[in-house]
Amino acid sequence: MRTNVFALDPLFLDDVGFEEVGIVLLKVVVAFVMLLVSVMLMVWFERKFISDMQNRIGPNVAGPFGILQTFADGIKLFFKEDLIPERSDRFVFKLAPYLSLVPAFLVFVIVPIGGDFGEDGDGTVTWFGHETFLQVADAPVGVLFFLAMSSLAVYGVMLAGWSSGSKYPLLGSVRASAQMVSYEAALGLSLAAVILKTGSLSSHDIALAQTGGIVNWNVLATGIVPFVIFLIAGTAELNRPPFDLVEAEQELVGGFHTEYSSLRFALFFLAEFMNTVTMSAIIVTLFFGGPAGPTYAGPAWLWGMFWFMLKLLVFLGVFVWFRATLPRLRYDQLMDLGWKILIPLSLGWFLFVAALEIGDNRGWSRVVVAIVSGAALALGALLMSAAISASRRQRLDEQAESDSPVGAR
Amino acid sequence: MSAAAVLADIDWHVEQQVFFYLIATTQVVAAWRVVTTKNIVHAALYLVVVLAGVAAQFILLGAEFIASTQVLVYIGAVIVLFLFGIMLTQARIGAENDLDQPNRLPAVLTAGLLAILTVSTVIRTFEDVELPDNSRTTTASVSDSIFSDYIIAFEAVSVLLLAALIGAIVVARKD
Repeated sequence: MRTNVFALDPLFLDDVGFEEVGIVLLKVVVAFVMLLVSVMLMVWFERKFISDMQNRIGPNVAGPFGILQTFADGIKLFFKEDLIPERSDRFVFKLAPYLSLVPAFLVFVIVPIGGDFGEDGDGTVTWFGHETFLQVADAPVGVLFFLAMSSLAVYGVMLAGWSSGSKYPLLGSVRASAQMVSYEAALGLSLAAVILKTGSLSSHDIALAQTGGIVNWNVLATGIVPFVIFLIAGTAELNRPPFDLVEAEQELVGGFHTEYSSLRFALFFLAEFMNTVTMSAIIVTLFFGGPAGPTYAGPAWLWGMFWFMLKLLVFLGVFVWFRATLPRLRYDQLMDLGWKILIPLSLGWFLFVAALEIGDNRGWSRVVVAIVSGAALALGALLMSAAISASRRQRLDEQAESDSPVGAR
Repeated sequence: MSAAAVLADIDWHVEQQVFFYLIATTQVVAAWRVVTTKNIVHAALYLVVVLAGVAAQFILLGAEFIASTQVLVYIGAVIVLFLFGIMLTQARIGAENDLDQPNRLPAVLTAGLLAILTVSTVIRTFEDVELPDNSRTTTASVSDSIFSDYIIAFEAVSVLLLAALIGAIVVARKD
């Protein structure tokens, strides 16, 4: 019987004693250290990859291939003077970096990073005679937990900007919060298709449902569109280029963290890269099968870990690639993309997937269902674009009226 | 049966009780600070503590879906909108003097009446209901009851929200 609120993990099936608590603590420490090390490597990877794309050499002094550059930067930041602006709200100013760091850590808790997800594996490993999952916690509401934590990430940015008591940070944080709240909706709606397909909110169950070949991966099972929406909305949620209006240097100095220095700045920096790593991990888990993949000789759980890391690396590369390639969006383009394209599209696609699912359950022909629901969605899209263009025309007319000086007529 | 035997017969759920009162105390203190603090952003942040406490109480009851929805909707969206509105209009740092209201008596009366109403309703409804041990509400059972037993209430609320949304758009802009 699964009676525990926050665990479906087989570890907790029997009585929970010291050994179980020890295993959980070990998992927490391992996840924490792994995340920190991966952030360090990610910073290096991003700088190296981008300099390759821009025909530069990049960091190459500290350590072999400059791999210790982040470490050197960390030491530098650690010994810098810690400034708190005089007009700031001191308590909130100190609190804000932690508010952006903690959710970034917590999201990683639900990511299964390994385990036997081969042909007939159930994703468990045996540690010290106890069966368990290779993830810190398998909450029954895993995906909702991810959404909740990513909605908490707004607080760090918002409060940092406000508490600095200065113009540019405030502008940056207002932009950031508007952007994150808008794209949060598209993020959640694109996930709905995945949840519908899997029938579970638990990240372990979602990974398990995708075992047994690439066809079962959610990216294909839900028809690519939710994945594309999730990738775009996730990039916007991370405030990474091309959606980095939050810290547009040309307009806002440094955005919300203009007034931060020393360790507090380092915490924001850490949170940003940690969010990139966890978002890639979430994408891999939800759409690309997580640790699922073929297993060969050796322990199966190690193969799971290998496939997970490989997929994770691909997505980290994709995020850096975005940054090197795409120019920043204008603010109105950003809002138009979020509200007028991504949200309706993800809602429409969710309904489409739901219709196909119902059709399959009732034994209707897939082609007929697809044609009928596609026609309904096309009609809806037509109506919506008509409404949008009508409102735009009216607005332009009004503007033209108010702009033309009365005396000139 | 002696009094001691009766006491021994009751399952006290000690851990649950301890955490309930810890969280409840935090909530009450934070709620008090919401109305007494001199800065409006601080008030919003204390409100976050109160709402997080509600989520924690839900987890204590084994209702993990409602707990995460509480965080997602109230902390992640409603308060963020509050803060957003505050920052767009007036976001001064430090104490503000015009936050206080002179009509304290009506406020106390309203709050007291509402409290009495809520408490008496809850007590009247759940007086004799005894929750089974290890009761927990799974996401599946929540969604099942929303879309079967409470479908009319659910749809009514949806229509109400839609009306509010359209109303807001009509009020806010002309086109």
